[in-house]
Formats: sequence, C-alpha cells, structure tokens
Amino acid sequence: MDNTGVAGNEGTSVRSDARVSVQLLQSGGIQIDLKSKVKTLFGKQIIRLAEEIIHFFDIQHAQMEIVDTGALDFVLAARIEAAIKKVFQTEKEYLLPQLEENKTGTAKEAYRFSRLYLPGNSPKLMINAGIHQPNGLILDLEDAVAPDKKYEARFLVRNALRSLRFHGAERMVRINQGETGLEDLDYVIPHHVNLVLIPKCESAEDVQQVDEKIRQLREKHNIEHPVWLMPIIESALGVMKAFEIASASQSVAALAIGLEDYTADLGTQRTKEGNESFFARSMVVNAARAAHIQPIDSVFSDVSDMEALAENVRNSKSLGFDGMGCIHPRQIKVIHDNFAPEATEIEKALRIVAAFEEAQAKGLGVVSLGSKMIDPPVVKRAVRTVELAKSMGKI
Amino acid sequence: MKKYDKLVTNAAGRIVPTVINGEAHTPFKGVGKHKPTGRKFGPPIASCIDYPEDGNKVVADLKEALVKAGLKDGMTISTHHHFRNGDLIANQIFDIAHELGIKNLRWFPSASFPCHEHLIPYLEDGTIHHIEGSMNGALGKYCSQGKMDGVGILRSHGGRYQAVQDGEVKIDIAVIVAPTADPFGNANGVYGEAACGLLGFALADSQYAEKVVVVTDNLIPFPAIPWQIQGNYVDYVVKVDQVGIPEKIISGTTQITKSPDRLLIAEMTAQFCEATGLIHDGFSYQAGAGGTSLSIGIYFSEILKKNNWKARFIRAGSNKYPVEMLEEGLADYILDGQTFDLDGVRSMRENPNHVWTSPFTSYNYHGKGNFASLVDVVILGATEVDVHFNANVVTHSDGYLLHGIGGWQNTLFGKTTILPIPLFRDRIPVIRDEVTTLCAPGEMIDVIVTERGIAINPLRTDLIEKAKECDLPVKTIEQLKDEAEAICGLPDKPQLSDEIVAVIKWVDGTVLDSVYKVIE
Repeated sequence: MDNTGVAGNEGTSVRSDARVSVQLLQSGGIQIDLKSKVKTLFGKQIIRLAEEIIHFFDIQHAQMEIVDTGALDFVLAARIEAAIKKVFQTEKEYLLPQLEENKTGTAKEAYRFSRLYLPGNSPKLMINAGIHQPNGLILDLEDAVAPDKKYEARFLVRNALRSLRFHGAERMVRINQGETGLEDLDYVIPHHVNLVLIPKCESAEDVQQVDEKIRQLREKHNIEHPVWLMPIIESALGVMKAFEIASASQSVAALAIGLEDYTADLGTQRTKEGNESFFARSMVVNAARAAHIQPIDSVFSDVSDMEALAENVRNSKSLGFDGMGCIHPRQIKVIHDNFAPEATEIEKALRIVAAFEEAQAKGLGVVSLGSKMIDPPVVKRAVRTVELAKSMGKI
Repeated sequence: MKKYDKLVTNAAGRIVPTVINGEAHTPFKGVGKHKPTGRKFGPPIASCIDYPEDGNKVVADLKEALVKAGLKDGMTISTHHHFRNGDLIANQIFDIAHELGIKNLRWFPSASFPCHEHLIPYLEDGTIHHIEGSMNGALGKYCSQGKMDGVGILRSHGGRYQAVQDGEVKIDIAVIVAPTADPFGNANGVYGEAACGLLGFALADSQYAEKVVVVTDNLIPFPAIPWQIQGNYVDYVVKVDQVGIPEKIISGTTQITKSPDRLLIAEMTAQFCEATGLIHDGFSYQAGAGGTSLSIGIYFSEILKKNNWKARFIRAGSNKYPVEMLEEGLADYILDGQTFDLDGVRSMRENPNHVWTSPFTSYNYHGKGNFASLVDVVILGATEVDVHFNANVVTHSDGYLLHGIGGWQNTLFGKTTILPIPLFRDRIPVIRDEVTTLCAPGEMIDVIVTERGIAINPLRTDLIEKAKECDLPVKTIEQLKDEAEAICGLPDKPQLSDEIVAVIKWVDGTVLDSVYKVIE
C-alpha cells in the first residue's frame, strides 16, 4: 500500500474545498504545508485544526499538504480525516460538535414538495443550499459522486449532517445501491439524518435490508429520532413492484420515481410531454397512496426553462404527486408555487372546513354546504389544503 | 523627500498623513464639513493664432505629440479608462517616456486595469514615481507591498474632477484616446472600431490640462459629431493603427448572474425596495454592471411592469438591460456614466434619451449641485462593511488593494444606498468589527442585503418602521456578523505594517484613510 493518502478537490473552478495529501513517515515529526487563498485570515486556524486531527489519530510522523480554497472547518476536517484513513487503519472518528439545530426529527407526513440534490463531494454547493428553503436537502452519495470519490464523500456528508446549516430543510442522504449503500449508512445514521433515499429499488428486500441495517445502527447508537426511507423506483421491474416497495416497512414515508434511468430501461427517450412515463408515474402514485405514503415525482432536468418546469409541476400535481426533486435552487420556488393550492381551491376548502366546524358545533353528523352533502374524505382533504395554505403563507 | 509626513487623526478616527509626496493635504473633517474657498484652478490662456488655421493638428506619432507637449521629468500624465482592459495607449506613453529617459512621472489615470501591469518595470526604474488613481491586480499588489516610490492616491470619479478643479492635481499632459476624432481634435466614443460610448472621464482633463493630446484609430474629416471632447481644448492629434481591443473594452461583468445565491440576494433587494416603497412611479435608480446589480434591474423592471409604473431615469453604467428598459418604455431616460457593451453604445448613438454624462454633471463636488443626490435608490458593492455600516471598496480583507473607488463614493449621496452582498465570500465574512480601509463613513450606507438577512442602518428609522410590515428577514448588523462568524470562524486580522502606501480621498478632497503596507 502506498503510504500517501489524498482527499478533496482542487482546480480553477473549485471553491470552499481543500485537497489534502498525507504521507506517513518513520521520523521527522509533523510537517504541514498550507497553500490557502484565505491564509492571511485563517491560516493559523487551519494549521491548528490539522494538527489537532493528526494528534487525535496518534500519528507521530507525517508530511501533510493542504491546498485550501476557502473550506469551512467541517470540510477541512472531512478532507484531512479521509486522507489520513486512506493510509492509516483506525476505528476512531474525528467529529466536530453537532449543531443543536441539526438534532431535530421530522414527521412521517412532513411536506416534501421540493428536495434539492447536492453532490455529496462538492462543498461549495452545500454551504448556501438551505437559504433557498427547499423542504429537503439531499446529500447525494450515489450518482453525483465519481466512483473514486465515494470514500471521501462519506466523511464530507457525515460532517455536513453535523455542521451544515439546513435552515429548516429535512436532512436527507441518498445512499448507494447494494453493499456500498449499506456501508454508507455507518456514516449517516449516527448523525441525525432524517431521511434516507434508496436508489434503484426493485423489491421489498432492497428496502428491508436498509431498514434492518438502520435498526442495528439505531440500537448500537441509542438513536431515538425517526429515520424515514424514500425508495426510488428507476426501472420497469421497480414499477411493477411499486406497491411491495411502498409497503416494505413502516419507515417508508414516501415513494419516488427517477425517470432518467427508467426511460433508459424502457429503451425510450424522456420527453417534455412525458407520455412514455405516464404509466410508471401513475403506478407510483397509486402504489404510494395505497400504502398511505407520499408519491414523489422525478427531477426536471432543464434548469434554465422555468416555464416548462411550472408546466411539469402542474402536470405532476394533477397526476397526484405530492412533490418532486430539484437539481437547482431556482427550481424550488417554482415547485412550491405550483404545488401550492390555488386561490379558488383554498377558498373552497375554507368554506368546507367552516361548514364542518359548524356541523360539529351543532352536533350534526352530516356536513353540508348549501344543498350539497360533503363526504368525510372531502372534509379531510379540505383540512389538509387549509393547513398547507397556511404553512405556505397563502392564508 | 519623505513619502508622507505629519500624521493626524481625522474626524473618522483614522490616522492619515497631511503631507503626501511633498504636497499638503487636508484631513477628513466629516461629511459635508469641508468647503474650500478662493478660485478654481485655471489652465494657461491659449490663443487660436498659435494653432493651425486649417484646423489640422495631426502630428506624426504619439512620441512627437509627447515631445511637442514638452514631456519632461516630474510631469503629471493623465489617461482614462474608457477602454477598460482593452486599452493599448497608456502603456505606450510610458514606453516612450522610458525610451526618452524621462523620470519621476506622476500617472493620473481615471482607473487602471490588469493590462497596465506592463507599467511595473517603469515604477521600478523610476520612470513613474507614483500612481494617483485606482490600483488593482498586479499594480495593487505592487503598491500594497510598499514598492512604489511615492504614496498612491485613490480618488472617486467625482473626486478626480474636484482635484483638477482645486489645482490639487495639475495635469501637464492629458492623453485622451478616442474611438473617433477629427484633425481639429473633436472626439467621440460612439463611432469607430473601438466604440466605447462616451468620453466623460476625460472632460476635466481636456479643460484643465496644460497640453491635450487626442489619439485615435478612426480619424475622420472635420467635424467629428458628436464632439464629446471639443477640439478647442486640444493641442495635438495622433492617428494610430489601433487604440483598443474591442472585445476587452466590453466589460466581462455585463451578464446577469447565474449564481442562485446572488439571484436570491438580488430578489431580496428588489422585494425590500418594493415593500418599503422605495420603488414608485417616477423613481430613479443607479445600478452597476455587476451580475447581482443587473439582476436587481431585471427585478425592478418586473415591479415597474406589474404596477404600470415607469422610472424617470436610470443612472448607469449602461448595457443591454437598462437599454431594454428604455426601449420598452419602462424608463424615460438613461443618464450614462460609462457604457459597458455594444447595445449601450448603439443606444447612446441612436436614442436622444440615452444621455452621456460626465463626472461634472453627476458627481462634481465643486459644481452648484450634482445629480447624484437626486437618485432615489443606489445599488453598490463593497468588499467589507463594519458593524457601524462603514464600508470598504478598495482593499481585500487581507489588506491588498483590489479595486478603485470609481463613482462609488459619489453615488452614496443618493437618497437610499443599498449594498447587496454575500454574507461571506469563500470563508471570509464581509461584515467585520472594523473595515480594513474606510471608503465610506457609515452614515452614507442605508441598507445591507445578504442572503441570510437584511440590516438597516439605525439612522434610517423610516425604513426600519416600513420594513416591520413586510416578512423579509430584517436583522441587526451585529446579528449578521455573528451569523457569519458562526459559519466561517473568527478571522485573524490582516498583517499590516504601519507604513502608509496609499491614501483614500473623500469626495471633497480631504484624506479619509490610509492604506498600509502588507506584511507577507
């Protein structure tokens, strides 16, 4: 094994990151060479952090080189630890304190209109993501991370769960498929993740093995807050097994569809109109509703066309979806605005709720509005619409 | 000669020299406190009988013009930044001076650009003694390292006009580079290969310099119309093959930002202006050519459209976006200080409501008023702001000179000044306990808009009251500072020596702050 470990990114377009290389030596003590664009203001602090981590791992002799582009501490710490662990066997983890605000749990039925994907190995995109107010932020360990970066990304995602400001967004992680994905869980479950996305699900077992690993980790780490699951269906087989997947565990809170892989699997192209995926999307909606969980639509990939996105969202809502993914912060508002109940919808819901409350006050078993009888499910939906409108500041 | 002498603490509490490069200067006394008396500086009386009757002032080349203008040691040479980073002439002036063995020149540019890195050897060998103008890039670094023979003096565009009118800076030779000129010396920026719109920054120089040289690559028969620079002020005309590189004359920052964070800041700024009533029918605003400013313009135009309102005028830095607003009838006028792209140049050439201005009309301290104070909303940038709303626009937090002042100080006199800025850049918080270099006293800055909240200057109780009714995230500036430091950590102070390498002038010509040598 080469005794030099490297982690992180550098290059002209890289910002808020650091590339760290560590060479373990037999003698000579610790030498740290720092190149940083913020050296004047933060150079001493960066060196101090590096020394502390090296000391934490009981390394006596090493040469470390840090090329820093303005990384925050949690990023630096992730890069340094990943570089060290590539050449140094240890069970220890260097953890920065978890922000109090990152210790919250979420409800199974929390609103999930928008969830923003963040590449799990790109700190610059993470730092301000929360200010755009998505319902969820997904730290992605799967498709957005190159195979040779998967290992170091785990440390960055772990540290982000502890230190990144999410501004109230649900803290989500998309793990890898299969065995790698199960290993990913070691890095996220003990750190207050709210929801885990499981990619390319094709059976209940795909969900259950993740669920079981989480159960073990919860026990081991005495975790009390819930960890929800969102399986993603991305293949023809997955679509056929949608209900089985949706009802695979009590922890499954939502079922999502990923159309890029699905259309590839079908052997067709994804179009704006989406006729090719109509069946799959309807299946996912139906399966999710049957399992009493949220159906969530695929991302819309043209980040420059907000009109087309709005049209897509309205279409998605009419099919019965409760939310969709996004890959650019500017998509969030469009998604929220178009999933939000319309003014006429809100007005009608308010009247139904008022009629319901009046009927209750009078002790009547039947709710009526004008000459029309209102069925209980309609009342339930109206209550939800009113709650939603309130939460979105529409009332 | 000592570089500087007689340090005092000025009214802003900053230590500044009162003797700079051997000349006396007045320390800052407070905003609106300094009123020089006496008469303005006057150039020597010229007589038309000394100039060719046929109006042909063309000489063989730039060298001949400089020699005829009497180029000698210790002179002050002025140039202008209409060609921005595409300027080909300023460097040639000093190539010629070097070739002639001239020493100790004072370079008085309206701004310098990275292309002027070429001049560093002339600073090293004493051809140029020091620069009075913006210094950024390699020149900024050179000055910040304390290598310049004299102390740099940074002035605003309006301050430059004031310094010329005061006689504080006596220009020996002004070299005005023009996209189009005639043999008499009339010149404009709206025609020619290197069209840059207007030549306003050269106006004072044309009127007050001892000798004026016009250089062009598009020499046309008299008259060159419009005569933005009047040939009656001009001594010599030079025809060259090329005055500037067109693609570099167009500024690189005239695209709307794609950064979601900056778009959010722009959107919040526009929402703030709408919620507090700063935007209204007939309002006016100034927005620069930076990506965030441009986006704010787009949001402004949406608000105007929605309400069926119209801006009375847009103060620009123009480019295609304000031009679109003018052409769509969302604004009556563009009052343009510099033109950043070819749409701006075209509009200025064709549209009588797209007006070229100069620092005299817009910014001049010794005018009987100027229109900077008539602008309703002014959108500006800054490298740092402190908890007292003092702002820095010239040095980076590590102490290096980075930008010029430009029109920044002058526009602060608008009715409401808003700085839309990110709370931190990379890891460096923008809000500090104290700015590294003071370029604007806090009383001039009204609102700071960051992606994590909006801070309103406590002096603006009216805005604070109005903002209470909107649901925008208004915070105190201390809260914003704490938030940035919680994310970034508390930065160390830059390592500066006590040696002064440059000074910052306020708009009235007084010395506002000193820039110190960086310890590397």
